[in-house]
Parts: sequence; C-alpha cells; structure tokens
Amino acid sequence: MASSLPTLPQALPSSLTKTSSSLATFKSPFLRFNGSTSFIPCSISLTSRGTSSTTIIPRAAAAESDSNEALANTTFHGLCYVLKDNIDTDQIIPAGAACTFPSNQQERDEIAAHALSGLPDFHKQRFVEPGENRSKYSIIIGGENFGCGSSREHAPVCLGAAGAKAIVAESYARIFFRNSVATGEVFPLESEVRVCEECKTGDTVTIELSDSGGLLTNHTTGKTYKLKSIGDAGPVIDAGGIFSYARMMGMIPSLA
Amino acid sequence: MAASSVISPSTFLCKSSSSKKDLGISSFPKSSQISIHRCQKKSISRKIVSVMAPQKDRSPGTTGSVKTGMTMTEKILARASEKSLVVPGDNIWVNVDVLMTHDVCGPGAFGIFKREFGEKAKVWDPEKIVVIPDHYIFTADKRANRNVDIMREHCREQNIKYFYDITDLGNFKANPDYKGVCHVALAQEGHCRPGEVLLGTDSHTCTAGAFGQFATGIGNTDAGFVLGTGKILLKVPPTMRFILDGEMPSYLQAKDLILQIIGEISVAGATYKTMEFSGTTIESLSMEERMTLCNMVVEAGGKNGVIPPDATTTNYVENRTSVPFEPVYSDGNASFVADYRFDVSKLEPVVAKPHSPDNRALARECKDVKIDRVYIGSCTGGKTEDFMAAAKLFHAAGRKVKVPTFLVPATQKVWMDVYALPVPGSGGKTCAQIFEEAGCDTPASPSCGACLGGPADTYARLNEPQVCVSTTNRNFPGRMGHKEGQIYLASPYTAAASALTGHVADPREFLQ
Repeated sequence: MASSLPTLPQALPSSLTKTSSSLATFKSPFLRFNGSTSFIPCSISLTSRGTSSTTIIPRAAAAESDSNEALANTTFHGLCYVLKDNIDTDQIIPAGAACTFPSNQQERDEIAAHALSGLPDFHKQRFVEPGENRSKYSIIIGGENFGCGSSREHAPVCLGAAGAKAIVAESYARIFFRNSVATGEVFPLESEVRVCEECKTGDTVTIELSDSGGLLTNHTTGKTYKLKSIGDAGPVIDAGGIFSYARMMGMIPSLA
Repeated sequence: MAASSVISPSTFLCKSSSSKKDLGISSFPKSSQISIHRCQKKSISRKIVSVMAPQKDRSPGTTGSVKTGMTMTEKILARASEKSLVVPGDNIWVNVDVLMTHDVCGPGAFGIFKREFGEKAKVWDPEKIVVIPDHYIFTADKRANRNVDIMREHCREQNIKYFYDITDLGNFKANPDYKGVCHVALAQEGHCRPGEVLLGTDSHTCTAGAFGQFATGIGNTDAGFVLGTGKILLKVPPTMRFILDGEMPSYLQAKDLILQIIGEISVAGATYKTMEFSGTTIESLSMEERMTLCNMVVEAGGKNGVIPPDATTTNYVENRTSVPFEPVYSDGNASFVADYRFDVSKLEPVVAKPHSPDNRALARECKDVKIDRVYIGSCTGGKTEDFMAAAKLFHAAGRKVKVPTFLVPATQKVWMDVYALPVPGSGGKTCAQIFEEAGCDTPASPSCGACLGGPADTYARLNEPQVCVSTTNRNFPGRMGHKEGQIYLASPYTAAASALTGHVADPREFLQ
C-alpha cells in the first residue's frame, strides 16, 4: 500500500485523515519509545513541500510488513482510572514534585510515585498507591480540558512513567496535548461522547486504534465508544516525532 | 460587515451558542463553545446583547487584486514564517526571535537538545535565548538548587548572553544579575518587542502578548527543538476579539477585566485560539496592566493573547532596548472567530472562587467569606503597579490588616520600587512604609514564590487548609500547597481590601 504517497496537502484535517487511511495501519513507534524519538504536538500536518517524500515509502512499506506488530502496538488494554473535567497539571504532578527531571530511571521512578497525587482526597482510589511508583491503571479517562494549567512536561511524563499508556478525554488543553505527543509518554485520544460519565475506575477497557480513529471497549459494562482520529498529529507521529520529521524534511541534519 | 447592536439592560455583552437561531445570523462564530456549558457548573447568561457578525475574508476576485485581511497574530506568524499570507489552520515553520526558559524546565529542555543534536551541539543563537531562574529559588531543596547550577553550566558552555544568575540564596541583593519572575523580567529587560515571536517554557509566556507580539508557552521537547533550530512548527490560531470600551472605574484593575472575561467564556473558552484585546479601555491601560490582562489568557485555554502596540508600548520598549522592531496591526477586513464587547464603566470588582479561574463572583457578594491570609505577588499581581495599588488602598484606609498579608515582589526591580518610589497621595511615603504601617509582612525575596506552592519551605506556601485571597493566576486544588486550601483570585485592590476586613472584600469599601 505504499503506492499512494501521502500527498501532504496543505492541512485540512479531513483531507489528511483520508490520506493517512491510504497508508498501512497506523504504525506508530510510539510505544517503543527509545531515546532518539520525540514526538510532536497536536494538530500538525505536513505541508506540501514533499521534499523528502521518498523516505516516506520505506516507512509505509515497513508498516505493511510489520502490520501485525503495528496492530499489536496500537491496542491498549487494562484497567481504567476515571477523572472528570479540568484536571490541571498541578493535580497531575504537584509543582513541588516537579523539581526532578527524568534524566534517569531513578528520577522517572520518583516522579512516577507522585503521578496524580495532587488530586483532592475525595478521590478515594489513588492512581499510585502510597509507597509505590507504578499504577495498576494503564488507561486514564477524563472529561473536558484535560491537562489545563502549566506547560511543564512533567505532567505527561509522570503519567507515562507510572505506567499509563493512553488517555481518553473529551478535550485537552493545548500545551498538555502538545507535550504528550512530543514526549511520547501517553497517547492523547479524544472521545466523541462523555465517556467519563459511563466508566468507573477499575473497569477493564480496551482501546484499538486505526487510521480512521479508534474504539474504546469497556468490558465491564459491555459498551463501546468511538474515538476521534488522531488527525493532524498522525503523520508526524508516524515520522517518529518532530526531530525525525524535521530530518525527513531536510530541515535539520541527521544525527551523525 | 454588518454589526447588529441590540441594546440590553445587561451591563456587558455576552455570547451564547444556543441563541444562534434567534439572531438569524447565518454563520455564527465558529467557536460555539458547547464546552462552556460543561466546564462551568453554573448557568451563564444567555442574553445576546451585541454580536458582531464574523467578518469573512473575501476570496480574490478575478483581477486578483482583493487582499485577504489578516489579524495581528496571523500577520506576525506570516512574517515569521516568511509567507505573505497565512490563515487559521495553516501549519507553518516559524522563526523564533526569543526563547525563554527558567530553572524548572531549562535543564530538561537543554537535556533534550543535547540528546537530539549531540553532546557537542551549539544552540542556534546564543543571543536569542534568555535564561531566568525564578521558580524554586529561595529554598533548601537540593534538587531545586541543582537546577540553577545545571543552567549555569549550560549557559557557560553555550555562551548564552542573557543568564540572570543567582548564587547567593541568602541575600538576593548580593546577586547583581538575578532578576526574578521570568515574565516580568523579560519585559523589564527589554526582551519583549512588538511584532516578534517569543516562546517560553512556561504557560504564562502569553504575558508578553501585551507588547503586540506572538508569545506562547511550550514544553521541554519543543524548547529542545527550538534551541537547535531556532524554529518551531505551529498551527495558526483563529482570533477571538475582545473590545473593551469605557472609562476604567477607579476601583477596577486589569485583573478584574480578565477574571470577568474568563468567567464569561470558561477555562476552555479560548482553547487553541488567540485572544485579541482592543478598545478605548485597553488604550488607557499601562504596560503592566496590559501584561496582567494577557497573563491569564492561558487560564481561558488561549494559545496567545495580543494587544495592538501604541505610544504606551513604544515608550516602554524604547526605554529598555535598542533592538529595532516593527509592529503589526489587524487589517480592517480580517476575520475573527468571535467578537465580545464590554462596557467597562459598568463592571465591578470580581474574584475567582475556589477551585477554578472561571468560577467568577462579584467581590461584594463574597463578603461573608472569612479568610485566613492574603498573598500579593507573582507575574500576574506582583509588579510595581500592583504593589502601588495595594499601598494606595492601605493608605486610604488608614487601618491595619486583620490577617497575615504576604508580599512577594516579582523582580529585584519591583522590590526596589517598593522601597523607593513614593506612593501618589501619601505625602511621599513608599509602598514599604505603608505596608509596614498596615502590619503586612516584610516584602520577601523576589521569585515566583508560593503562587505554585513550591518546595515545602517556600515562603507563604499554603501548608494548612486555609482560605487565601491572592493576586496570582490559578486556584485549582492544591495550587498554593495544601490540597484543601481555598484560593480566591483577585486584583491587588481586592486583595488589600480583603486583608483589612479579614473577609473577601470589595475595594470600594475603601476607595470611593
């Protein structure tokens, strides 16, 4: 399916979605976050320069042959942790705990221990139990304006470090969304309805992504919910993030 | 360009997505933020009072001579991306004029820069990066101290021209380079200039939009990219226009205006959009007041805030930098995605009640709320004029505060002004003298302080579940420290009045 090069149109989300559906299944190295990939922000589409378009073909071809692997990587399964609207970054990671920066695993573990520790005490179930640094919940479900507040990347980083794989929210604050994709820590997905009212913390859910969007299945209630396509962020995530994308476009030199 | 004005008894104008049909306007502002009804748990006024129909851009005629109008933000981004025209939704590579970072995010940003561009890589332009330690400075927290040391190393290695260092934590005055709060320092040191693109690793970078430039917050990874390339990939935001007219009442400040607006559109009302402020009231505001207004754009979800530059702007800027600049202005036929008009003369002091910046209420309606403390500081409300205002009210009242009142000047310059400048109408007293007579705490070392809680030993941190009236910018649970702390966001006048009564108070009790 590498026949049709993504024609990198001048940006309308709808046309971009159609374009990406001509690619193989949404292959994202997203979950195999290695040190050299970082991902870029929301709502970005490729402009129509098409300079390094040839380099896109190998990636699409690779995706085709790895399609089973790709599919496996675009499914998330686990327990969900449900939050409501306007979860701000200070609730996600209290500012006092943001002195660390995850330059090493030890500090990642430290910051993971504080993930969502800023939530008020009426949240009886903690995201991370006291004394631990991993969460048993791998999917976070939120309402409107998830991640509002600060631009500190510690917010998506601590969630990813604690073991969260994806967030399904009605909408995101822009800097948090941008940082989530840029760091590759958690996959920020958007639901079409108010999923946070229909799921409960501890429900078992599965998320399956495809080029046209995704599907969230709540095994505990038996209901399914459509998820919005990642849209503009897709091609850049596919390229491997802003740095890889920029290299692909010839904007920055490749790493020696 | 029809503008239908319907006069209403309401004091200000507001928009409601549900009244689309009533108006008979075929294309209503696209930003029909249904989220308003979700994000705000209370009902908002649904009166449409005056709405300007969004101006559509005209597609080029066959002669090709009809020019598509652009808003200020579109023009700034067009120029920065070397294009003649951009429209909202375009994804463009933008040249960055200034990148700012501080102690909390700087180490991470530089770490990513080195990881991606190589250990020996050099930043794109050592004169376009401004490093301003300000967040966790006066603390014994080793990690926080380490952050400043790390930045010192990076700046030395990269020959960064502007690094406002601090080494002696025991005495801020012993550090000649140290400034304090980054957004105030950027302005005071002449780094804010009309028409430019300024990015910062802090959400309140939008403050600089007061200077008629594109300024927004980014994360460490984006900053790492900018460090290496001097460019960033941005999507052009549509612009919401807020026209504020009328004479500013003597008891009202820019903080009241922005709290009014955020209360109107909610914390997600401007997500991914530009908030452009204009009108006769805006023209009458000082630069510091304009900064307060743009500072909280992010609290409405806004991507950036912007105010057309004028003589006030150029006077301020030209006194602080000799770098040339070229202001831009929105075209007459530019398209705006929403239009709001306010008659400022009718507005009243407001607060944002716990726990959201859009939880707006009239200050006078909260006078039965007993408070435990008052905090005056931060990029939002810790500038020279903010302290002058508080001092003016204390002086007019001639009384002592009833609760601990913490004062944290944003920068060294502000601190010096507090101790040196005479407060008008006080017979030559300085702010510091008036504060002392009123029984306030001694003005503290300049930094972000307790606005965001900080390490446990941060001055004025909310360590108990107390009620605090604060001139800061966010009041989500735990923002200033304790999760059950209750923060009322307010103007300096309102904060000072509240300190005097021991309750949330309307400044008119002391200022009429």
